[in-house]
Amino acid sequence: MKAKIPRIASSEITSPELYADRRRFMQLTAGASLASLLPTGLWAADKLPSTANPAYLLSEKTTPYKDVTTYNNFYEFGTSKEDPARNAHTLKTRPWTITVDGEVKKPKTFDIDALLKLAAMEERVYRLRCVEAWSMVIPWLGYPLAELIKQVEPTSKAKFVEFITLDDPAQMPGELSQVLAWPYTEGLRMDEAMHPLTLLTFGLYGEVLPNQNGAPVRVVIPWKYGFKSAKSIVKIRFTETQPVSSWMQAGPREYGFYSNVNPSVDHPRWSQAKERRIGEFFKRETLPFNGYAEQVASLYTGMDLQANF
Amino acid sequence: MTLKQLNEKTLAWVKIAILLMALVPFIRLIIGGFTDDLGANPIEKITRSTGYWALTFIMLGLSITPLRKLSGWLWLTRIRRMLGLVAFFYACLHLLTYLVLDQFFDWDSIIKDIIKRPYITVGFPTFLLMIPLAVTSNNALIKKLGGKRWRQLHRLVYVIAIGGVVHYWWLVKKDLSNPILFAGILSVLLAFRLFSWWRDRQKRTV
Repeated sequence: MKAKIPRIASSEITSPELYADRRRFMQLTAGASLASLLPTGLWAADKLPSTANPAYLLSEKTTPYKDVTTYNNFYEFGTSKEDPARNAHTLKTRPWTITVDGEVKKPKTFDIDALLKLAAMEERVYRLRCVEAWSMVIPWLGYPLAELIKQVEPTSKAKFVEFITLDDPAQMPGELSQVLAWPYTEGLRMDEAMHPLTLLTFGLYGEVLPNQNGAPVRVVIPWKYGFKSAKSIVKIRFTETQPVSSWMQAGPREYGFYSNVNPSVDHPRWSQAKERRIGEFFKRETLPFNGYAEQVASLYTGMDLQANF
Repeated sequence: MTLKQLNEKTLAWVKIAILLMALVPFIRLIIGGFTDDLGANPIEKITRSTGYWALTFIMLGLSITPLRKLSGWLWLTRIRRMLGLVAFFYACLHLLTYLVLDQFFDWDSIIKDIIKRPYITVGFPTFLLMIPLAVTSNNALIKKLGGKRWRQLHRLVYVIAIGGVVHYWWLVKKDLSNPILFAGILSVLLAFRLFSWWRDRQKRTV
């Protein structure tokens, strides 16, 4: 009887991208032992030691650092996507605190430098899908927001979490214009906030967040349109009722509370079926929940996602 | 020579100078394209720039008559055709950028856009209305049509200008300052015409 030589399916051969990512992962892991030596008072572009979390690495090509840091929406610094990089130098990220209160047993004000050490800093590569139908792939540095939430012990009344951005026109010149209701507010349901994908974020590309990307601390919720991921947060409030975000106030027909990435629910002004990945010519099909359906779709079972857009 | 009338030679130079200036945004896009200097989203940049300049040149074309009446510079009318054609040139680039670079001939998406996206529902026919105006912007066709019919046809420019501003207004997400600026300029230009028409009627009745 002849021994059968198993055939290797092409799908089982490691792709060059994945191979490169593994190499990078190992290099990053090697550097991670330095994380314990984390210095205090980190500034934009300083190195931020972290450990890559292998569960959250993508084989997709990451968007170049230059594009990530020069093309984004952050209306606190102006309404064009070039404005944040131009104007965010006025933001002072030290001293900085986040006040956490509302429906919690232990309300607390965290200093940013204490917050940096609250949990192990991870690198995670996430897709980012803007409501304007463009997208990026970004290596963020942070840890699950759940780590912070555990510290304050939400009460049984805490059904939602509200994020509030700094409101100081002297540092954020875009706030002189009444284009949105300041301070910028965003919100999540408790289970969304506790979800392991929801990242309290301090850096990108191995460095402390540049001011224009939401320094010194922001959230990243990769299965929702980008505007849900509030930047430069100074306050987190736990509430019993659903918060009304700045964008919901600006256009209730256009921006819903959930704002999950959904190719089958169009924005009234444009289609959400496709997106342009920055740096690519051909548009891509937009994936339900931005490709994170496997992890998050169960949060919304039984919900009409056309009505709860 | 006064500024009221320019001789043919001076007028030719003025036209060349204006044409060169009018092409600066186009040349900058070409250079930017080759030197990778159009930002993170070049297609968006090209779409916005060509749309902005199409609308700007429509406004410049519409400002000729008021400027001529206010200044008495009769030669201004003779650069108007060029301004209109430059507007059409940028509008063509704008539409082509959308069809080729943005959608890459995805006709299914394009048709859905025209039907479902209000700003494209307005923008697309506005472009189509520009075609007969561009085609008849030469002496031969003016002669063939006759001055009166030609003028009637070219009144479509008012519809085009309004369509262009509405297109811009409806596509903007939140910061309306630029569309408001264009709407303001267009209102002044249209108000001037209403005022002249009303005054001419007064004169006739007196």
